[in-house]
Amino acid sequence: METIYLAIVLAPLLGAIVAGLFRNQIGRAGAHWAAILGVAASCLLSLYVLKLFIYDGQQAFNGSVYTWMVSDGIRFEIGFLIDKLTVMMMSVVTFVSLMVHIYTIGYMAHEEGYQRFFSYIALFTFSMLMLVMSNNFLQLFFGWEAVGLVSYLLIGFYFKKESAIFANMKAFLVNRVGDFGFILGIAAIAMYFNSLDYAEVFGRAPQLKDATIQIWGGTAWSLMTVVCILLFVGAMGKSAQVPLHVWLPDSMEGPTPISALIHAATMVTAGIFMVARMSPLYELSETALSFVLIIGATTAFFTGLIGIVQNDIKRVVAYSTLSQLGYMIAALGVSAYAAGLFHLMTHAFFKALLFLAAGSVIMGMHHDQDIRNMGGVRKYMPITWITALLGSLALIGFPGFSGFFSKDAIIGAIHHSQLFGAGYASVLVTAGVFVTALYSFRMFFLVFHGEGPRHFESHHDAHDEHGGAEAQEHHDVKDEPTPHESPWVVTLPLILLAIPSVVIGWMTIQPMLFGDWFAGVLTVLPEHDALGEVGKRYHGQIGFIQHGMLELPFWLAMGGLFVAWFIYMKKPALALEIRTRFDWLYHALDMKYWFDEVYQFVFAKGSRALGGMLSEAGDRFLIDGLIVNGSAKVVDTFAHRVRRLQTGYLYHYAIAMILGLLLLLSIFVIA
Amino acid sequence: MSADWPILSLTIWLPIIGGMLVLAGGDKAPNITRWLAVIVSVATFLVSLPLWSGFDPATAQMQFVERAPWIATFHIEYHLGVDGISMPLILLTTFISILVIIAGWEVITYKPSQYMAAFLVMEGVMVGVFSALDAMLFYVFWEAMLIPMFLIIGVWGGPNRVYATIKFFLYTFLGSVFMLVALIYMYFKSGNMEILGFHGLKLDLTEQILIFIAFLLAFAVKVPMWPVHTWLPDAHVEAPTGGSVILAAIMLKIGGYGFLRFSLPITPDASNELDWLIIAMSLIAVVYIGFVALVQQDMKKLIAYSSIAHMGFVTLGFFIVFIIFARTDVTGGAVLGIEGGMVQMISHGFISAAMFLCVGVLYDRMHSRMIKDYGGVVNSMPWFAAFMVFFAMSNAGLPGTSGFVGEFMVILASFRADFWFAFLAATTLIVGAAYTLWMVKRVVFGEVANHHVAELEDINKREALVLGSLAIAVLVLGLWPAPLVEVMDVTVRNLLAHVAVSKL
Repeated sequence: METIYLAIVLAPLLGAIVAGLFRNQIGRAGAHWAAILGVAASCLLSLYVLKLFIYDGQQAFNGSVYTWMVSDGIRFEIGFLIDKLTVMMMSVVTFVSLMVHIYTIGYMAHEEGYQRFFSYIALFTFSMLMLVMSNNFLQLFFGWEAVGLVSYLLIGFYFKKESAIFANMKAFLVNRVGDFGFILGIAAIAMYFNSLDYAEVFGRAPQLKDATIQIWGGTAWSLMTVVCILLFVGAMGKSAQVPLHVWLPDSMEGPTPISALIHAATMVTAGIFMVARMSPLYELSETALSFVLIIGATTAFFTGLIGIVQNDIKRVVAYSTLSQLGYMIAALGVSAYAAGLFHLMTHAFFKALLFLAAGSVIMGMHHDQDIRNMGGVRKYMPITWITALLGSLALIGFPGFSGFFSKDAIIGAIHHSQLFGAGYASVLVTAGVFVTALYSFRMFFLVFHGEGPRHFESHHDAHDEHGGAEAQEHHDVKDEPTPHESPWVVTLPLILLAIPSVVIGWMTIQPMLFGDWFAGVLTVLPEHDALGEVGKRYHGQIGFIQHGMLELPFWLAMGGLFVAWFIYMKKPALALEIRTRFDWLYHALDMKYWFDEVYQFVFAKGSRALGGMLSEAGDRFLIDGLIVNGSAKVVDTFAHRVRRLQTGYLYHYAIAMILGLLLLLSIFVIA
Repeated sequence: MSADWPILSLTIWLPIIGGMLVLAGGDKAPNITRWLAVIVSVATFLVSLPLWSGFDPATAQMQFVERAPWIATFHIEYHLGVDGISMPLILLTTFISILVIIAGWEVITYKPSQYMAAFLVMEGVMVGVFSALDAMLFYVFWEAMLIPMFLIIGVWGGPNRVYATIKFFLYTFLGSVFMLVALIYMYFKSGNMEILGFHGLKLDLTEQILIFIAFLLAFAVKVPMWPVHTWLPDAHVEAPTGGSVILAAIMLKIGGYGFLRFSLPITPDASNELDWLIIAMSLIAVVYIGFVALVQQDMKKLIAYSSIAHMGFVTLGFFIVFIIFARTDVTGGAVLGIEGGMVQMISHGFISAAMFLCVGVLYDRMHSRMIKDYGGVVNSMPWFAAFMVFFAMSNAGLPGTSGFVGEFMVILASFRADFWFAFLAATTLIVGAAYTLWMVKRVVFGEVANHHVAELEDINKREALVLGSLAIAVLVLGLWPAPLVEVMDVTVRNLLAHVAVSKL
């Protein structure tokens, strides 16, 4: 089996190396074949392993591949832990990745750096697999930072664009703030467990349940709380939770396929995966769980609100992603790890679908991304329209669609939780359903329905993410009067993603949430088992749907859908009126609560000012000016003085000698 | 190769004699000069390889020992040997020296024979520093290092080279004079100049503290530690690329090596008493210098400051051991700290060399080191950009590169000493990434800034060879540090066992 696991990881890496290093030799087609074959092999093998786990009772595998280092009695290993959680992640990651690879052939067809792009996304797949398949904290951190690196490279793919290279640096640095907490968490684990191996750490965690750690003065903190919160800071960076969420909207500077793959379906869910994987630790600290819950719920609601006022098609989806990640994190907070992972999976399909559909629209609109310029696209792009509709319904949790099952489970679990902050979270995630439906269908209606496209002719000066050769490319097509449906390499992945977006919830809710799929993988203490409460009322999918339709979230979703239709289809003037009436709110949302401005001022400007001060006042003035050059000056002045003594006149020296002699003699006499 | 060969002597004297030959050859046929220099440096590297392959990692004893009377009257000996601490540093020296020679190939047109000779002599002398077991011999090599470096900066340096060389010379010389006094004092106490003998020498606390401070002055300047670091940015800015590489990759390591070979074992109690001072200086180096690096306008200065911050990890890792010893609730961690510091030294040798070489590649073409003169280099030099981004990421400590390993180990170890040490040290994750990537953003990415950048030619085969070999080194050490840690493990444990015992 180990060979298969190695092959799953190494196939995309090989594809990346071939596509990257031999880009000139193999050409465009060679590069995409290399990358796609690598990822396809990885995907097929992952699905094969999934099949073994589902039908053949395959046992979990935990083994080392090689020893990275041994120091001070700690073995740092590179190794795999393949259990049902891993296998689920592997299948989702490689499947979405494969879809995105195929889609890229169409989307990037006219781009410079085509080979480079394929190399990066295959490398991403490798890194993400290393992350999810790890059996220890070290490799987790490797994968964690490696996906961050690829994300950096891909956000800055259009490296000529100032906004893109600003966004990628911002993404990397904000993630590094998260990793700062993460590495301290790992250090704490290494200190108290003397191991970084999951099995060992989780096995010994209950013994250290009451251990304390002193951080400030004599106050004793619960070790588990400190460890879990530090690790979670890492998750907040990677999964873009408030207040470290600011990088994700800007990451939309990258080409759309990677927005789908990295910044929606896979990498940003690494934080959720990590916390779920660490459930044996998180279960031991209710403080940490509350912290997780509150951060998640806050993100879920407040970032969703921003989505309502965005006009860039990708940014709407990006804020939607932030909000949905908030849902998953909130689920983890109430120990409903399975529900968080379940939503992670359904979200991976429908959000990748929505992003790719958005990309398809962008192609159809000749790289105009402003939804105010769109409208009526449905008749030109029927496949994109229907798949986007399915994705949107899944996102808002329309009964029967995958998102319905996962979101309802999360809301139900939060509702049943007794944890501190659960009341607050319950209100926010429930209200968030309305918001989700509103921004989703606002976008959907504005893009696909109504008259239009509204300002198609103005596309050439609107948002344009493409540079270089592409600019010329669309001079050739800009006179084309209408949008057009995308080629099959684009629509095929849309269709293939639409299928699980619709059915995967129905198919898997039973084993994943209320069955034994995650038995032995996730740890939930009986007193935290909010999901179990939901499960008591679970009698099959149909019953779950019927029950859901009597609950508030369903009506809120319908309400959001209706309001979106009413405002943007029926009475378009209303939108403007609401906006003027609630100008302050609009402004706050439009400015994204001023996070960027504050961060820019405090951190970016502040650290530069501090650096400037230390450099000028510390290094140049104090050390160099006063001490180094100062002492040189003192020597210099002293030497000048002393030099005057050496007059060269014999009688001066003679007098000095006599005076000296007298002095010595008098000392002798007195002593 | 037989173990009877005087490998250490060969590694020291081959490049020195080779350098003399190169010098004697003169500048009439510069190509022959260059080839001769490369052959000598490659031969030296090959000669030094048995140090690794024949090394016995199971013992902390000195290996490849050579011993002969030198100044018999004063019991001063020609005594060489290596252990797990010095051996990797010697290999680093012989490896980097080849690259420096190749990197200076056609770039240096002014007196190439003297340039090459200076570097070859430098190489031998540095190997001498790492392998000397007689304090007098050590001191001779230590001071001898200054001369070639003084010449390299003074002759092939930039416009402000005179200030920089004087500053460099006085700074380092001032520090080493105190070390000499300390060595002579111990010579009078013990009757010989055996460094290993000094390790066992009984010293009371006052003696130890004075000796410790004398060593500290010498080594802190070399590392350099805050606040005696200001010579480094000036020296780097004025030095030719090769000079910067040797300075950053190897000379700085001699300070770190000194702490392990002299300060810790000779004055364990003083080290214990004054560890707070070193820890404070190290953490200031990491945090303060990180911010200073952020605002640098000159690429070489920025990398120089980044070096100081990275070397802060080395000294931090070395001196947290006493606090870890003192904590009863912690098992282990001290070994991790010292090994982390050692790995950081080797890794920094590769990465800082690579970063300075990258700047050198640009400087050779544009004759500017200022960040503002660049922008969009990737458009005209894609392969170079790939290397530069890779090394920048290693400099920012990305896992999978060697830059991560040492920092990671030191952070893990310092957490055991005190949460806040780890906290401050870990800020490098953010600040280090900020100054490195901001530079990359302004230099490498973006639209082509001006027609000079547009006309840049991508790296040639020679440059690709140099950067490529460093990239491989960075990657191998990042993905598999086990062999390096293995060779030093027993030595480090032995050192710690010695340090843990009070001399009082």
